[in-house]
Amino acid sequence: MATATATPQTLIKGGSFLIEDRSPDEIFTPEDLTDQHRLIGQTGREFMEQEVLPHLDEMEAKKPGLLRELLRKAADVGLCGSDVPQKYGGLELDKISSIIISEEMARDGAWAATLGAQQGIGILPIAFFGTEAQKAKYVPKLASAEWVGAYCLSEATSASDALNAKTRAVLSPDGRHYVLNGTKHWITNGGIADVYVVFAKVDGEKFSAFIVERAFAGVSPGAEEHKMGIRGSSTTPVNLENAEVPVENVLGEVGKGHLIAFNILNMGRLKLGAGCIGGAKHLFAEAVKWAKEREAFGHPIADFGLIKEKLGEMVVRIYAAESMCYRTTGMIDGMLHGIDQSAPDAGRQILKALEQYAVECSILKVVGTEVLDFVTDETVQIYGGYGFSSDYPIERVYRDQRVNRIFEGTNEINRLLITDMLLKRSMKGELGLIPAAQRLRDEILGAPAFEEAGEDGLLADEARLVAGAKKIVLLVAGSAVQRYLQALADEQEIVAVLSNLCMDVYGMESALLRTLKKARSTSEDECATEIAATRAFVYEAADRMESEARRALGRISEGDNLRAELAVVRRFLRRNPPDTIELKRAAADRAIALNRYPLIEPR
Amino acid sequence: MKIVVCLKQVPARDSLLRLNSAGTWIQETDISFEVNEPDIYALEEALRLKESQGGEVVVCSLGPARAQQAIKEALAKGADRALHLDDPAFANLDSFGIARAMAKALDAEKPDLIVTGLQSDDFGAAQTGVILAELMGLPHSTIIMAIEVQGSAIKVKRELEAGFFQFIEMSLPALLTIQSGINKPRYATLKGIMAAKNKPLKKLGMADLGLSAADLAPRQKFTRVYVPEKRSKTEFFEGGGKDVAAKLVDKLKNEARVL
Repeated sequence: MATATATPQTLIKGGSFLIEDRSPDEIFTPEDLTDQHRLIGQTGREFMEQEVLPHLDEMEAKKPGLLRELLRKAADVGLCGSDVPQKYGGLELDKISSIIISEEMARDGAWAATLGAQQGIGILPIAFFGTEAQKAKYVPKLASAEWVGAYCLSEATSASDALNAKTRAVLSPDGRHYVLNGTKHWITNGGIADVYVVFAKVDGEKFSAFIVERAFAGVSPGAEEHKMGIRGSSTTPVNLENAEVPVENVLGEVGKGHLIAFNILNMGRLKLGAGCIGGAKHLFAEAVKWAKEREAFGHPIADFGLIKEKLGEMVVRIYAAESMCYRTTGMIDGMLHGIDQSAPDAGRQILKALEQYAVECSILKVVGTEVLDFVTDETVQIYGGYGFSSDYPIERVYRDQRVNRIFEGTNEINRLLITDMLLKRSMKGELGLIPAAQRLRDEILGAPAFEEAGEDGLLADEARLVAGAKKIVLLVAGSAVQRYLQALADEQEIVAVLSNLCMDVYGMESALLRTLKKARSTSEDECATEIAATRAFVYEAADRMESEARRALGRISEGDNLRAELAVVRRFLRRNPPDTIELKRAAADRAIALNRYPLIEPR
Repeated sequence: MKIVVCLKQVPARDSLLRLNSAGTWIQETDISFEVNEPDIYALEEALRLKESQGGEVVVCSLGPARAQQAIKEALAKGADRALHLDDPAFANLDSFGIARAMAKALDAEKPDLIVTGLQSDDFGAAQTGVILAELMGLPHSTIIMAIEVQGSAIKVKRELEAGFFQFIEMSLPALLTIQSGINKPRYATLKGIMAAKNKPLKKLGMADLGLSAADLAPRQKFTRVYVPEKRSKTEFFEGGGKDVAAKLVDKLKNEARVL
């Protein structure tokens, strides 16, 4: 890695947060950012303020040439090649740097999508899976944005189920070309791209990836889609009519396209989650400023409890999401550390490392997009009529952010994936969920432990609650697997509950560890807002988990068994709830004083 | 051309400022810092001169360890190396003390040109640059809008009041304080940020500069810093135009004493 992060070098298994305990020192937090990270964030912010934000109206009006020009400017700064090996014109930045860039770019959804399609799903399939010749030919030109890239996976009738693609590839009689026929849909940068990574089935069977140049005969983008949001970005179908693609442009192996299609999405999900969290922080600052300026009944509305409640809740949710995001990315950097990026198989090693944290990447996608959704909705509410008016910027943000829950795998698909991946890993013995669930069963059947008499100290009650929350996941997962066995996949509602439980556990623990880490290096006084946010999140997550666990167990079990399980849920989540209204008011007051999201320094 | 840019790290503009317990300055914990904005224009001017004339840009900053963030930003934007004047004895220096320490450090550099921002966003004294020039025996000019190199000399455009400008020809070496807003400062590229960590950054303490605490003793001190107290009040005069005018003139003469 070109950037030294303060990442702890312990290698932590993906998904292990459910069964292992971590110390604060083992996780990366936003407080661990280096000067270099901060400068990267500052450049991202200045780039947005100087080059992108002044052109939003022109972007929305689809001014010809503007997106290409902005991509070129972004490339000049280095934003298009941040994850690309230096050998191919990139910067090989660590992933903490990548998510910082995503956070800043997300101030405009259309731009974030445009750049994301270029620097992420546009370049990386070739940079990671291409042959030397393919990399040399395409990657430098994509990193410099001389060429624009796009990723063509979805079709009119297949998106979440991408492997059902109908686009066909047939080898030409002379063996020199594949002839592609079909239409790919919802292609970001479709109208402006020079190079498409296209997924198609060879002979209608073998799912494969191809590098397709727009200049090839038979390749043409369709008309721009009319969209609810991110109207400034280009989204078109891409038509392939007897498109002739040279055999040397097969990306990866014929029949192994799914490896590319799905692995590349882990990075996309991580960055989308991070971008949404960044977007939420920027938007939050607007909500605070508005609440302080807008007066009603002779007071700024920021004085009112119901507005503070919104602001406080936003801070709490952003804090947990941000903690999860930096923790995950720190683990990924730990895993990537030491990979020689100029090695021929470096891309595969990088993707393997990302795959290790596929569960966490899906969690971040869901959590990040839902936090932004919440923050946007409440910001519209705080703006009142002005939030509904197209003359003010919030209306556009509201429309723009809606797609986040849909692309990069819908949140429903990601919820299914989180549980599915965790269970598959434990079946394979890679993750010790099954033995942990067994131990838990023994614990439940045995004499009650003296767990209540735990340690004292900062957030000790919350730490006990997190430990109990992990057991809830094991309890519900254990019951569900026992009841449904292989048919669990058909119980999607229960699968989603399990994912919700996992997400809350990860959020609780990440916020807790981050706050403890900061408190160790500063003082409790200096962390007062962090402590308030952590406590509010942990207790409300416990409320949510209790309710979700009851919902799932109500279907899985019945009779005495159900009553016993519900008693165990209550026992593991036993708590003396704090005054969360006061905790959120405190978080809101701090934000109101600082005019921004208060728990990380602005760049 | 060897150009030195003196830059300062100051509290960020959107900081929530609170007074310290002694009421002599602000609390510095819990606020973030940034490069003094006027100095960013000076840096940009220096980088442009280097691009057109060749040579080297050296950044010089006096401040505690946190000032390295400001120095790294300048290096990331294209400065070649840096001098960081850092010593516990440098805390709470006045403009004279800062200029004295900088003069010692820069005498050894023998720059062709020194540029600074017009003033700092925190103290706003606009003194450090001109004192530095005097201590180094260099000609100086302030509030510079444009610099034109003419062989071994420069011609500068200086802002006066009421839309007037002054054009001055100066020999080099010289010191200029740069007016804000005269250029569009660049942002650091990611490549520049990566390159910055390998650029030389020399730390210099009081002993390295051959100075003693007595040399730096402040010649001015803050006795009290306070939030402006609201004292103005609005008064309405009633009556006919003539009476009101007479009352107004009386007030302006005898109370406000502006006539």
